[in-house]
Amino acid sequence: MEIGPIWRAMMRNKTGAILIALQIAVTMAIMVNAISIMQERGRMMARPTGIDEHNIFSISSVGFAEDFNERVTIEEDLAALRAMPGVVNAIQSNSVPLSGGGWSMGVQTEPGEGIDGPSVAVYMVDEHALDTLGLNLVRGENFSATDIGWRGLSDTDWPDKAIITRATAQALYPDDPDSALGSALYVSNDKPFTVIGIIEQMQAPWNGWEGVERVMLTPSHTLFKGTRYIIRTEPGMRDALMPQVEKLLAESNKSRIVRSMRTMDETRERSYRGDAAMIKILTFTIVLLIAITSLGIVGLASFSVNRRTKQIGTRRALGASKVAILRYFMTENFLISLVGVLIGAALTVGLNIVMIEAFSLTRIAWYLVPVAMLMLLAVGQAAVFGPAKRASSVPPAVATRTV
Amino acid sequence: MFSYYLKLGWLSIRRNPLLSALMVAAIAVGIGASMTIITVNYVMSGNPIPQKSDQLYYVQLDSWDPIDHDNEGFEPPDQMTYLDAMALMKAGKAYRQIASNRSSLVLEPQGEGERPFSVTSRNTWADFFPMFDLPFLHGSGWDDSADNNLDKVVVLSKEINERVFGGENSVGRSLRLNGMDFQVVGVVDKYLPVPRFYDVTTGAFDEPAEVYIPFNIGVEYEFSRNGNTSCWKAPDGDGFEAFLNSECVWIQFWAELRNDEEKQDYMAFLNAYTQQQKEMGRFPRPLNNRLSNVMEWMEIEEVVEDDAQVMLGLSLLFLVVCLLNTIGLLLAKFLGKSGDISLRRALGASRGSLFVQHMIESGMIGLAGGVLGIGLTWLGLRGIKMLFGEFVENLVGLDWVMILTAIGLAIVSALLAGLYPTWRACRIAPASQLKIQ
Repeated sequence: MEIGPIWRAMMRNKTGAILIALQIAVTMAIMVNAISIMQERGRMMARPTGIDEHNIFSISSVGFAEDFNERVTIEEDLAALRAMPGVVNAIQSNSVPLSGGGWSMGVQTEPGEGIDGPSVAVYMVDEHALDTLGLNLVRGENFSATDIGWRGLSDTDWPDKAIITRATAQALYPDDPDSALGSALYVSNDKPFTVIGIIEQMQAPWNGWEGVERVMLTPSHTLFKGTRYIIRTEPGMRDALMPQVEKLLAESNKSRIVRSMRTMDETRERSYRGDAAMIKILTFTIVLLIAITSLGIVGLASFSVNRRTKQIGTRRALGASKVAILRYFMTENFLISLVGVLIGAALTVGLNIVMIEAFSLTRIAWYLVPVAMLMLLAVGQAAVFGPAKRASSVPPAVATRTV
Repeated sequence: MFSYYLKLGWLSIRRNPLLSALMVAAIAVGIGASMTIITVNYVMSGNPIPQKSDQLYYVQLDSWDPIDHDNEGFEPPDQMTYLDAMALMKAGKAYRQIASNRSSLVLEPQGEGERPFSVTSRNTWADFFPMFDLPFLHGSGWDDSADNNLDKVVVLSKEINERVFGGENSVGRSLRLNGMDFQVVGVVDKYLPVPRFYDVTTGAFDEPAEVYIPFNIGVEYEFSRNGNTSCWKAPDGDGFEAFLNSECVWIQFWAELRNDEEKQDYMAFLNAYTQQQKEMGRFPRPLNNRLSNVMEWMEIEEVVEDDAQVMLGLSLLFLVVCLLNTIGLLLAKFLGKSGDISLRRALGASRGSLFVQHMIESGMIGLAGGVLGIGLTWLGLRGIKMLFGEFVENLVGLDWVMILTAIGLAIVSALLAGLYPTWRACRIAPASQLKIQ
């Protein structure tokens, strides 16, 4: 191979080569770290909420008039909603998964102050919750209608039953999660309750919370002045039913306002909007970076071909084939890119370490580095192909011209 | 001479239009990407009240759990209990002080066929308005006496005044909130502090309040709290009264202290208060009260988001790639006219004048890249707004500082990029290139 002579020729004019190599190296560092961030966000967004997202929507009702009777309104609303054709079931809930606002409490296996226990997100619901949300009960049983109490805004009592997610059971009894069923737990230091059921999975209202799957359902209706209904429809009926539900609630009782009607899909979109935006921005950045780097390679290669037209002609006149000339420029670029991606691998890891320290990001997956190296080598070859092709078509006769 | 070099630069740029366009594009894209992100960071970390940000202090009292499971650093809680906020208000030891929280209220317009809607209210004290320099369109804030007499008074934002009263001077008129009649005492002109420093616990870049009412009214009528409430210990007993007397924190407290002496006095007062509470069995942790001025508080609450900083780092690296690109292209270009340069040297041009000539050429490319880059920055900010939705509205303004920064950054970048190629060009020996042909 001609690597030796090509390398020596490059060393005679190394600044240009070094610049390209550095450019490839920094491009690679940005690219791999950006892809790693995108992967992390993608994994986060792919986690299921555990509920039947596509057929669920929620709506808020806030009473304001002096004659507003919250308890009667809630009872009438739920009866009317559940009776609507197309509605599978409906509940009142203090919160909605991924909505960003909710209630969390510390739960412990022994009573008393100062005892450590995981915090869990609390959804205050009734016996229709499993059906409305589409939750999968894996152990124990559902609430019954007689379990459901009414909770005011400043009440501190807790109902004596709860249904928890598997992740909550796991956090309470790491060795034997199933033993959570039927066990006595304590909320708010010393208020005892019994776990009557375990559901497979459900998410808390906060997507960035480390305990996002630690959830507890408690059997209460709430009298918090504002309330939220979660409604599940037959597949495909959601969009048609939403305006009907809004109208029903607004017209059945004039002493309240109805607002924030939102599909679960929209709640999800809002919850991850920042992450989705980050993914788009980073994708755009990578595309732009590769474009800039390739254009730089094209520019410099074209320039060097122009400068070396006479030498190329001479080589051709001395018997070098077109392919040999093409190969010369391709190999030259390969060598530069190789140096670039090797420096790039080191820079990538360095940048990743800095980002982990400063922003607690995750480590890059090992395979991203070789994949990016191969990809950038390919980009370099593709970029240089045009100018190299032009170089190979320089006629041998150029050698004989003086200017 | 300068204009002659400008002309030479222009001719040289025109001689290799493709190469020149590539360089301008590279700088423009680098400037566009980094300036977009710099602008977002600049706005996020801006000082929302520069005229007195170092006289306004956020007050933190460490009344928290002696065994803290979530918060390893034993930081004091970022809000205050009702008991403490009332005690500090009553003591009134600062030049000005306010306790505040956020509520969501239902507003019923009195016009025919108008439907009630919900508004966010800031429940606070009379000092809020002079303390934070709120500009008034009509009327003013309420009197100190209104705080204690439980007067139902309200200050409206410009938007609500326009929506309910058609933008007229509504001072003295009545407004129905949560089923009660309030008297309008003032209308605030456009007030949009970015970040919304007075309450970052409910989102530093959220919209400011729509109406302002006395804090005590919100407590008296148990208006719903539309913010964060954290408790390390359950209230003793049921009911709102028990909640008010609990260790739950839900109030933000600010004090205006005009100088160091006032600050030290106030800190001494807070510590004495804490000691006194300790004797009554509260404040189980060691003494750890804090006074943070506006910018310190923004720092503690990490108002500039991690994502913005990650993007800032990446975008600056992006600019580095673009500059490496430009250096390579400039080098190729300058060495490509070795013939010209050695001819000029042979005809008597000094190295100094060649240096100036080529730096001017680099600067011209930088200027062109900067101007184009501002266009790209504008597009980039539009893109950010599209991606993140309306709540970043306040973050994506391009002001003169940013425009000048963009052009400055572009020219400096181009000059830096031009430095090495120019130095190489100046080293070409006179007439060395002339003998070949």
